Amino acid sequence: MTDDKGLQAVPEGEKARASQMSILARFFKATELDTRMLGMIGALLLIWILFDIFSGGLFLTPRNLWNLSVQTASVAVMATGMVLVIVTRNIDLSVGSILGFVGMIMAVTQAELLPALIGYDNPVTWVIALAVGIAVGAAIGALHGYVIAYLGVPAFIVTLGGLLVWRGAAWWVTSGRTVSPMDSTFRLMGGGPTGSIGATASWAVGIVACIAIIAMIWNSRRQRQRFKFPLRPLWAEGFLAGIGCFVILGAVWIVNSYYWPIGIVRKYIEANDLQIAESDLLIAHGIAIPVLMAIAVGIVMTFITTRTRFGRYVFALGGNPEATDFAGINTRWVTMKIFIIMGILCAIAAAISTARLNAATNAQGTLDELLTIAAAVIGGTSLAGGVGTIVGAMIGAVVMQSLQSGMVLLGLDTPLQAIVVGIVLVIAVWLDSLYRRSQH
Amino acid sequence: MNSVNKAQSLVDMDNISIAFGGIQAVDDTSVDLFAGEVVALLGHNGAGKSTLVKILSGAYRRDKGTIKIDGKEVAINNPRDAKAYGIETIYQTLALADNVDTAGNLYLGRELLTPWGTLDDVAMEARARDVMGRLNPRFQRFKEPVKALSGGQRQSVAIARAILFNARILIMDEPTAALGPEETAQVSELILQLKSEGIGIFLVSHDIHDVFDLADRVTVMKNGQVVGHARTEDVNKDEVLGMIILGKCPPGAIPGPGALAS
Repeated sequence: MTDDKGLQAVPEGEKARASQMSILARFFKATELDTRMLGMIGALLLIWILFDIFSGGLFLTPRNLWNLSVQTASVAVMATGMVLVIVTRNIDLSVGSILGFVGMIMAVTQAELLPALIGYDNPVTWVIALAVGIAVGAAIGALHGYVIAYLGVPAFIVTLGGLLVWRGAAWWVTSGRTVSPMDSTFRLMGGGPTGSIGATASWAVGIVACIAIIAMIWNSRRQRQRFKFPLRPLWAEGFLAGIGCFVILGAVWIVNSYYWPIGIVRKYIEANDLQIAESDLLIAHGIAIPVLMAIAVGIVMTFITTRTRFGRYVFALGGNPEATDFAGINTRWVTMKIFIIMGILCAIAAAISTARLNAATNAQGTLDELLTIAAAVIGGTSLAGGVGTIVGAMIGAVVMQSLQSGMVLLGLDTPLQAIVVGIVLVIAVWLDSLYRRSQH
Repeated sequence: MNSVNKAQSLVDMDNISIAFGGIQAVDDTSVDLFAGEVVALLGHNGAGKSTLVKILSGAYRRDKGTIKIDGKEVAINNPRDAKAYGIETIYQTLALADNVDTAGNLYLGRELLTPWGTLDDVAMEARARDVMGRLNPRFQRFKEPVKALSGGQRQSVAIARAILFNARILIMDEPTAALGPEETAQVSELILQLKSEGIGIFLVSHDIHDVFDLADRVTVMKNGQVVGHARTEDVNKDEVLGMIILGKCPPGAIPGPGALAS
């Protein structure tokens, strides 16, 4: 009896408060949407629409959006790791150089070392090259992490050193010579017509993703029911599921509307000995493999940050390092693991970038550290520590890349591009700090 | 001290010393604690009492001295070691991760996991609602980071964290410094309840009025040394105040190395 009363009293109180709120406020409360994230998505859409208008409709085409997704992949992968680094009040200035060095190692492995042992275009070449790259990236990250966490040298200094060391090392591997071409399977990680999964597989991925979203919403609702926690209204759950599925299927539709260029179709027809006119054969790109890799990295990293102990410790460490230490957590090891993860992500980004270029150069990834940090910060990662999301950083990477490729489409001079990107970064962080202040 | 007491002491810290740079923060200090007993550690700011208990909780490593739990010498080199012996601490600063929610803070370092090894947030929130409901029935803001909570609410979270894991030895460093009168009374009640459950409690305070009525014994420190130990029934508040301010040991107390030579 008394229990029933207690349970009823709370929703009534909330209802009373809810009736005083505006429709919009009630909507946000019911859906528990992050208004900051919505603001960022709004800004991204605004950037897209403005570029589309000024470029005369060139920006919002399947072709440009598909290219944008491929161009974003490498920085987006690194930005997910940068979130962990910045959340724990560290910084990593060396990611671009690590990318350059690891890319060079992977290129030499597949183009110069392995052919002598197992021949050209062996089906396992790409696996070995990628594994070597990830091992080297993890080792570099471990070294950085060890010096930062156990020897107590500030991350800024260690990774500033790393910026110089690994850029120099990238040159040193081949004395500055560019290594090319890459293994044909390895090259699929760079995108392009063959490095995309095609229309049917893309729809399949989209449908699986929709089912996953619905399953997750349903599962979390069931979990909360089990412990009798307050629930979101059903319409809000349905709205979230609907929006999620709409965005996913819309994205698949866009990448499936971008067809292979006529020259490649011609080669394809010749290679397969088809009796068909080039203009009659429309082959859709579908989702590019590097984009799939970036999404997979994003999902894994989101899982790590929100569902594992390690992720909880990362955020606690950023919020209050002393408290985390007092709680009996081995904060040094946590810090070292963060840098190991960052190194592995640099290796994955290096694979994408090397495969896309079909070559490794000693300048590869130069200034990527700044794009990566900017992506994380625009995505809502606070340099004061403790705050940041993986999704936000990936959207931040899309924002940065949109600005850059949009300005290229408009034909802006390179110096002007740099000026705009710099100003946008400062304004974005300023707006963010205004938003945060208004929240407290 | 207490040489006639035949019962096994819960904690024995013997001849503990620690220095930070050239400053001897704790100098050859010995304290003990029995199960179901409240010992108040008193002294001015900078007397070394917080440092002493931080050695017991593993936050600092002592330079010299031994720590015994249940009469057996133990190695406490970090907070994990201390927690393994059932030593829980409520720090003066509360030591909460401000950006993490209540359940996350309660279980920080000892998270509940699902069979797949992932965080079981729902179970942790359920336990958190349960524990917080007992300490502070009006507490409702489980989803928000503790940064958004009031001083008293944050204090409840820190206390809940300490008692959630069946502590045997509880260290409370200025537990009521940030609290209003009503909340202070709640904490006092809680201390008596925990004491009746057989938990040994170190109460660290610079204000004698906060703790005198709760404590069974007082240990007064000054300049890193023990002025004296006393049972609260053998001394009065003014005498203890004299120990704190002047280092003068009254007849009812057992003088320590820091006592003023008379």
